[in-house]
Amino acid sequence: MESFSLILAIVVVTALAFDFTNGFHDTANAMATTISTGALKPKVAVAMSAVLNLVGAFLSVEVANTISKGLVDETGIRPEVIFAALVGAILWNLLTWLVGLPSSSSHALMGGLIGAAVASAGIGAVNGDVLVTKVLLPAIAAPIVAGVAAMLASRMTYSLGRKADGKAAAKGYRAGQIASAGLVSLAHGTNDAQKTMGIITLALIAGGSLAPDSDPPVWVILGAGLAIALGTYLGGWRIIRTMGKGLTDLQPQQGFAAQTSAATVILASSHLGFSLSTTHSVSGAVMGAGLGRKGGVVRWSTATRMFVAWGLTLPAAALVAALAEWVCRLGDWGTALVAVFLVASSFAIWRISRREIVDHTNVVDDDTVGAAEPAGVVTTAMAAVSPPPAGVTEDLAATVPAPATTPDPKAPSAATTV
Amino acid sequence: MSIDWAALGSVFGVSLVATVALVGLFTLGIVGLSRQERAAAEGGSAALAVTGAYACFAACTAAVGYGIYLIVA
Repeated sequence: MESFSLILAIVVVTALAFDFTNGFHDTANAMATTISTGALKPKVAVAMSAVLNLVGAFLSVEVANTISKGLVDETGIRPEVIFAALVGAILWNLLTWLVGLPSSSSHALMGGLIGAAVASAGIGAVNGDVLVTKVLLPAIAAPIVAGVAAMLASRMTYSLGRKADGKAAAKGYRAGQIASAGLVSLAHGTNDAQKTMGIITLALIAGGSLAPDSDPPVWVILGAGLAIALGTYLGGWRIIRTMGKGLTDLQPQQGFAAQTSAATVILASSHLGFSLSTTHSVSGAVMGAGLGRKGGVVRWSTATRMFVAWGLTLPAAALVAALAEWVCRLGDWGTALVAVFLVASSFAIWRISRREIVDHTNVVDDDTVGAAEPAGVVTTAMAAVSPPPAGVTEDLAATVPAPATTPDPKAPSAATTV
Repeated sequence: MSIDWAALGSVFGVSLVATVALVGLFTLGIVGLSRQERAAAEGGSAALAVTGAYACFAACTAAVGYGIYLIVA
């Protein structure tokens, strides 16, 4: 029983860590446009988003229940499988954060679950139809829907608002942006914090600590809400920079149009039964708003890198999760190895991120954006993060004695992500 | 494979109409307020423009309220 509860504890902690990276990764969705147009100061923006995420987490448990109550009986998931899935999702979130690319945390989580399920139950565990209808199609549809809406909206606000100027206009666009960004934050809290609640509840049920069909306990709701709020507050500044400045240059009118379009698409899609990813909607809206202004440009090289990251999200997270599940099955020491690997590589990614710091002080600086990103940034950065070679290991060896364990599972994952 | 084109289509339509309508209303509100600002600078007032502006903002606030209702419900 001892080891049983230990694995449960590990799963809960890992799920909260995923929740943290989720908030961290998705602050950009709500606040990138608000920050880059100067409607809110960076710190104020992330604080507001964090509070709204926390509030959102308490609003309902519906999403959490669909995860924890739908999956359990049909698959009989073991806590180790969930752990492996979370490892894949966390690593992909951190990696895309390092290179500053927005990508869907939900896709990462889904990819992780698919990979871990395949490793544990065979390829039959994946439903191809569901993959296309729930993952592939929405990923294509979201940016188009949000982009077209944002483009038309910003065209219109420019032509209608020709006569609007002065303080009243500036104040108005500022308020509008803040309101729509607030809606996105709130929706994010209810959706994404609850995904984690669902996962934790699922693990608790799978591990026998909770009766099947239970609602998430209060400590789970509180923990998930706090984790996502903390992640949001610390802010994934790299991604905010890409979204707010890297894809296009936004003026307040465009920021307002983009954020309104994103908020509308997110709410409409989740209530009309065709769920679209927040990240994909916001990215599409930002690009659409970029095209909606006369003389506005979209930096397609950055956009292309982002699309590539979207395409890789699911397979990459799945692969890492599958490897993690495979190692976990070797026994308790395997699980421990995966846990050590997760901590070590997260630390390594953090160390690499310190080489070029992006934070609230320089997130809206013009100098580094766009121009400073050479064509191969994804490849280079991923090569840098990927396995043992050269500099990385030295950095690690100086501080952690663990790197000896890393090469084994990491090498194959690197092969595919590059 | 059954793709729910109807749902996708309605998401597209609703999003498009709602976004454009909201942004349009809000812009009109802003236009009204800046007209009042200009009139005030010249010593006059533009009561109609201001009333219209507040009506627009009220409609937008209602939309945000509906959004919050959708999130909570």
